[in-house]
Amino acid sequence: MVKFSEAQLAEVNRLVARYPEGKQKSALLPVLHLAQDSFGGWLSTETMDYVAELLSITPIEVYEVATFYSMYNTKPVGKYMFEVCQTGPCMLRGSDDIIAYIEKTLGIKPGETTADGLFTLKTVECLGACGYAPMMQLGKHYREHLTKEKVDAIIDECKKTAGVLN
Amino acid sequence: MSVKLLLAKAHVEGIRGFDVYRREGGYQSVEKALKQMNPESIVEEVKKSGLRGRGGAGFPAGMKWSFIAKPEGVPRHLVCNADESEPGTFKDRYLMEFIPHLLIEGLIVSSFALGSNDTYIYIRGEYAWIVDILEDAINEAKANGFLGKNILGTGFDCEIHVQRGAGAYICGEETALIESLEGKRGNPRIKPPFPAIQGVWQRPTVVNNVETLAAVVPIINMGGEEYAKIGVGKSTGTKLISACGNINKPGVYEIDMTISVEEFIYSDEYCGGIANGKKLKACIPGGSSVPILPANLLLKTAKGETRYMNYESLSDGGFASGSMMGSGGFIVLDEDQCIVRNTLSLARFYRHESCGQCSPCREGTGWMEKILHNIEYGKGKISDIDLLWDIQRKIEGNTICPLGDAAAWPVAAAIRHFRDEFEWHVNNPLEAQEKNYGLAHYADPIHVPVTA
Amino acid sequence: MSEQQLFKVTIDNITIEVPAGTTILNAARQIGGDVTPPAMCYYSKLEGSGGKCRTCLVEVSKGSEKDPRPMPKLIASCRTTVMDGMEVKNITSEKVIDARAGVVEFLLLNHPLDCPICDQAGECHLQDLSYDHGKEGTRYEFERRTFKKHDLGPYIQLHMTRCILCYRCVYTADQLSKERSHGVLDRGDHAQIATFIEKSLDNEFIGNVIDVCPVGALTDKTFRFKNRVWFLKPMDAHRDCPTCSGKVTLWNRGDEVYRVTARKDKWGEVEDWICNTCRFETKNTSDWVIEGPREIDRHSVIAQGHYQGSVGMNKPTETFAAVNAGRAPHLLMDIHSVSEVNKDSSL
Repeated sequence: MVKFSEAQLAEVNRLVARYPEGKQKSALLPVLHLAQDSFGGWLSTETMDYVAELLSITPIEVYEVATFYSMYNTKPVGKYMFEVCQTGPCMLRGSDDIIAYIEKTLGIKPGETTADGLFTLKTVECLGACGYAPMMQLGKHYREHLTKEKVDAIIDECKKTAGVLN
Repeated sequence: MSVKLLLAKAHVEGIRGFDVYRREGGYQSVEKALKQMNPESIVEEVKKSGLRGRGGAGFPAGMKWSFIAKPEGVPRHLVCNADESEPGTFKDRYLMEFIPHLLIEGLIVSSFALGSNDTYIYIRGEYAWIVDILEDAINEAKANGFLGKNILGTGFDCEIHVQRGAGAYICGEETALIESLEGKRGNPRIKPPFPAIQGVWQRPTVVNNVETLAAVVPIINMGGEEYAKIGVGKSTGTKLISACGNINKPGVYEIDMTISVEEFIYSDEYCGGIANGKKLKACIPGGSSVPILPANLLLKTAKGETRYMNYESLSDGGFASGSMMGSGGFIVLDEDQCIVRNTLSLARFYRHESCGQCSPCREGTGWMEKILHNIEYGKGKISDIDLLWDIQRKIEGNTICPLGDAAAWPVAAAIRHFRDEFEWHVNNPLEAQEKNYGLAHYADPIHVPVTA
Repeated sequence: MSEQQLFKVTIDNITIEVPAGTTILNAARQIGGDVTPPAMCYYSKLEGSGGKCRTCLVEVSKGSEKDPRPMPKLIASCRTTVMDGMEVKNITSEKVIDARAGVVEFLLLNHPLDCPICDQAGECHLQDLSYDHGKEGTRYEFERRTFKKHDLGPYIQLHMTRCILCYRCVYTADQLSKERSHGVLDRGDHAQIATFIEKSLDNEFIGNVIDVCPVGALTDKTFRFKNRVWFLKPMDAHRDCPTCSGKVTLWNRGDEVYRVTARKDKWGEVEDWICNTCRFETKNTSDWVIEGPREIDRHSVIAQGHYQGSVGMNKPTETFAAVNAGRAPHLLMDIHSVSEVNKDSSL
């Protein structure tokens, strides 16, 4: 059963209160972020229907928005998602090599998740870190000036946090 | 050293916090604006300053403010556009991350000028950690009486809310941003009505870029006329340039728009020259949407004059031989870079970011990407080059919002200036997989005909 | 300002006066004929529609009497209101004709061109648009985008591959039904009309999405593959319906009702929305009071099977005898049935 905790519901109410009366739909994007972070890193139909109910809007309004924005995952993803930028400025600094290296190291193609459910590789378009290229987003933060060594270290770090590697 | 108005204090230890920022002279513009000025005189100062929108279009900010409708009893809103997504641009991020109070200060003054009691910062969803930085700054400002009810006892109420986007370049377009702020898909609206009349929740709205709103702080502090003395011509004040690509010192620089492009690229104060001792091949001077220029046309105009880092000089020669200041995303390509591959990468970006609402952009961006893919991977035909030209021509100007133009211009400029490189790709499909066309003649001095 | 303030607008050198607030497209429709720009997404009965397909782009060569500057770009005539003294070029502008040919090419880029098996053929606005404004052949050499077919409940089929994303069906559901359950999902060239989860659209007015669809993306399942529209005879009919106006067009072959649609005006727009019961479940001629044949534009392929003013009710008047002094027509060849035409009469 998908359900926010009391604290999360308080956050939803705080978000809704930022908009004029009756414009609670405006909270949809932030509430979807909260839902995605709270319910396994992706938005299931159940989650989206729950958000629709919370904001008193129709489910299709939620589906329309969730499928429009690239940060919402409407399918399950791995515990750690490597979102590697591949746009022009990153490409000039070798992002193609970094993507190829991650593909080889993890044995997955962009859009795929490792069999252990730990890693998902996703190629993304410009994240606004062009001066610190190549780069990727991992969770809330950016990992910049990537090299093969740095990628190895990040993979190890994730495995350690997940308890797979000591 | 050129004048620094925005980033002068960015490296002071602890400037991210309210106390240090205040100690360094922060929030003086709020005191001045709210206590000694009225909304009309603030708008007047901004008009006098000649400040142009720093998001990319360069529209005079003061004029934009004066368009806002003021119907009786209808709330108005200021929305800060922090959806920085134009490839090559990362200046707003730098400003928000390192000196967040400067933006908050500018927002308070601007909200007072526009009569906005609820002001929103719409920030791109990927800048997740900056949301925390901004919210901390807002809370500090509130705790110190610069936000909330009855600010500084003047009777002016103002709240600032940070709204996160969720991954869509199109939301940098102001009406798409408004739709997104309303919790909808980021489909740009059909104009008119303009946001100044009917913006967010059908209320009069002004949408301004982060840097534009931060620049209001020095304008109020020093006065519009003084601000206008910095820079040259209609390029007044300072501009943040985010430099990236194959240079020694990528980063965010504040310039006063009087330096030459050559100085900007090669001086140690800025980019520090081309990385790894390579030669300059081409540059996209104002974010991925603006026309790419070969080295020879970048450093000098077609008339043989020095090109400067300002609005007028960068666009000298129009699209035939010039480019644009745009958002200040300065992308440098060295001699090892392939123009076809770079154009393909940008075409993929625009296809990915098209909202899909209007047909020329929805269908045309994908078509261009597919053709460029063929040319890059040795399956192109000579006729494809003309076809690309015709497709971009049919997208440009015919779409709802400027994304169509933004997708068309990079392709047009690449073909205009680098057609022989495209032809080489088509004629040497195997060789083009192994090596690049290189610098060729793109840095050769351009012959300037002598006119009587 | 009085409501009746009139603005003078000149479209392709024809000047008319229209009330302030009228769009260029609607002003052009008042003139009619070739100066009317085509519209694939705009629908006058649907609030907020228009602006998306870009087929109605026109050139404004003079902004107004007050500000005569021309507009720098072509503009969507369906969403731009006229100004007093405005001068507009539609078919007299080469820029417009060129841009429109481009838009047609874009709209057809990923269209399957499966007209031979599409129920919409013959009354498809995309077909008409392509004939009138398109070029023969395409320059697109890539695989076209395809989607799976979906049933949206028992009556409506969604064939997304044919869709041009005009959003009309979305506005229809928003404005005619209490709760919309389909919408536009994904974005860019992957955007699609869908319900996300397999869902049937059930609302008593939802059948109208079929009528507003300019192409064959939304079709009537009770009519699928039953007949070609040009073999049917459209008749205006009505019934006493508790839900809607009951004013419809019946599409008959003989006495059999093949399908029921709303009545459409000369711009292809529905005159009165009709309910699902009238549309899908009232298919006996005896259920209806037939008013007479529907007027069909003579350029339409549907007109070929249609005899205006005479279908089913009046026997055509024989004039031959009257003008030939009572003589019966002299037959050159006595053919009693079509199959005998090619028989060698010498045998």
